[in-house]
Amino acid sequence: MTFSMDFFAGAIDLAAVLLLALGIKGLSKVRSARGANGLAALAMGLAVLGLLIEIRPDPIAWLWIAAGTAAGGLAGLLTARRVPMTAMPETVALFNGCGGMASLLVAIGVALFDAGDADIVALVSIAVSVFVGAITFSGSIVAMAKLQGWLDTPGWTQSRLRHGVNISLAVLCLVAAVLLPGDPGGLPLWLLVGGSTLLGIGVTLPIGGADMPVVISLLNSYSGVAAAAAGFVVGSQLLIVAGAMVGAAGLILTQVMCTAMNRSLVSVLFGGALGASGGAVGGGGSEAGYTRITSCSAEECAMALEQAERVVFVPGYGLAVAQAQHSLRELAKLLEAHGVEVSYAIHPVAGRMPGHMNVLLAEADVPYEQLLEMDLVNPEFPRTDVVIVLGANDVVNPQAKNDPTSPLYGMPVLEVDQARQVFVVKRSLGAGYAGINNALFEMPQTAMVFGDAKAVLNGLLTELRSLGVGKAKVAA
Amino acid sequence: MSLLSQSLWVLLLGSLLGLELIGKVPPTLHTPLMSGANAISGITVLASLTLIQHAGDHTPLLVLGALSLGFALYNVIGGFLVTDRMLAMFRRKADSR
Repeated sequence: MTFSMDFFAGAIDLAAVLLLALGIKGLSKVRSARGANGLAALAMGLAVLGLLIEIRPDPIAWLWIAAGTAAGGLAGLLTARRVPMTAMPETVALFNGCGGMASLLVAIGVALFDAGDADIVALVSIAVSVFVGAITFSGSIVAMAKLQGWLDTPGWTQSRLRHGVNISLAVLCLVAAVLLPGDPGGLPLWLLVGGSTLLGIGVTLPIGGADMPVVISLLNSYSGVAAAAAGFVVGSQLLIVAGAMVGAAGLILTQVMCTAMNRSLVSVLFGGALGASGGAVGGGGSEAGYTRITSCSAEECAMALEQAERVVFVPGYGLAVAQAQHSLRELAKLLEAHGVEVSYAIHPVAGRMPGHMNVLLAEADVPYEQLLEMDLVNPEFPRTDVVIVLGANDVVNPQAKNDPTSPLYGMPVLEVDQARQVFVVKRSLGAGYAGINNALFEMPQTAMVFGDAKAVLNGLLTELRSLGVGKAKVAA
Repeated sequence: MSLLSQSLWVLLLGSLLGLELIGKVPPTLHTPLMSGANAISGITVLASLTLIQHAGDHTPLLVLGALSLGFALYNVIGGFLVTDRMLAMFRRKADSR
């Protein structure tokens, strides 16, 4: 009886690992992605079921399991339902931090109360689990706070001293980890918890907001490592294999993110924030440095649009913040009804993390084939009449191509300066993430339309309708 | 010792599998893939459950276990649902074509 039950649980475990692998694989193809996500969720359910069959919890354990499940499940459900698509990066960071916290708590629990019969392997695993779990947690929370705009990149974090501080913290953690097996529930444990938490903060805080997606992806990989370490702590092979899989896949994903953003992992982690070196943090709405800015009203912009045959929209971070994707879609529909050829130029890092803009425009029902990736759209700009840049900045800066002294030099950008006419919709002349001026704004064919992306787009809609564009739409 | 070496083999093979799973990813899927992978890393629920079972009637350990279960499940449930929400929007468009 027990044998067959254990055999059954083992078979379920195997199925779970297989489905999990298929799930991760399927998530990287557009057609299979949604099914694959469900498959991975099913695998997770199977893994839990297999474990419950194996350990057969007693009534007291069931009570606490129910409590934890109710709290975590309900909170997860509410967060997933309520969070707006624009806030996706910080949501992923928050979820990830909680995963790290879970591994940390398990390791602390075992170290404090259950280390009596732990062998050296379990004790080393506890140290690893605490270290990685705490870094994942504090790093993710800092990343979330930065993405939410609760935290800036303070100038003092950019001094070289930070490497010294972080190395000292790492040494402290190493010493504590070495001492931990001698006294599992004592001072070394708390030194390790404190040291790793501070190290997570110290490493993440100096990194600029634009690089956060890479950081989140890396921390996601860490939380896989933390899970695998927790697997060694509690002796679960399933947890080890799943954690290792996520950890390794996360590393590859991090590499993919770095490539998409044209950054190297080393420069993200140790290079500090772009343009924020030497304590002088750029940005913050400073208007110094621009001398030849032309600004225009929505009315003038609408007239240019009405005459155009080919229009390209370049949506960016500002569009996401203003939640203006629906207004943009409406404007595009109106222009299409007028016979204008409309497309969207999507920079790999448009929005707030790689691929984020695709999600936002999908939410607004923009047809997939109108989203053009950078390599496809760049040759099209010279025959484009009007480009409207919506809250994007660094990704359209021509300095990245022709100014070797610019910190952006070498970054692939959308070559909107090739178009006949460019309108830049922006709230102010404040700098982008890189904290530098944008040469595009001063070019003769460029005009600035100041205002919130959503307000400007709605203004354009009104103007276009009063110009008689899309009559049928007005009657509706 | 054999359990340790077995576990290390599992670790090694799992890592190698993970390295092979993700190849070229279309930009559209970067965000959903990240949030999906993140949901899977909540597999730590297994450790939380084991801890709770192992605790017997030791209340502090039960509390820690339940807390950790809550955090891990928040990661798992929230992660999978939010990924599904994103992917559902791509699906809807593909169908309407």
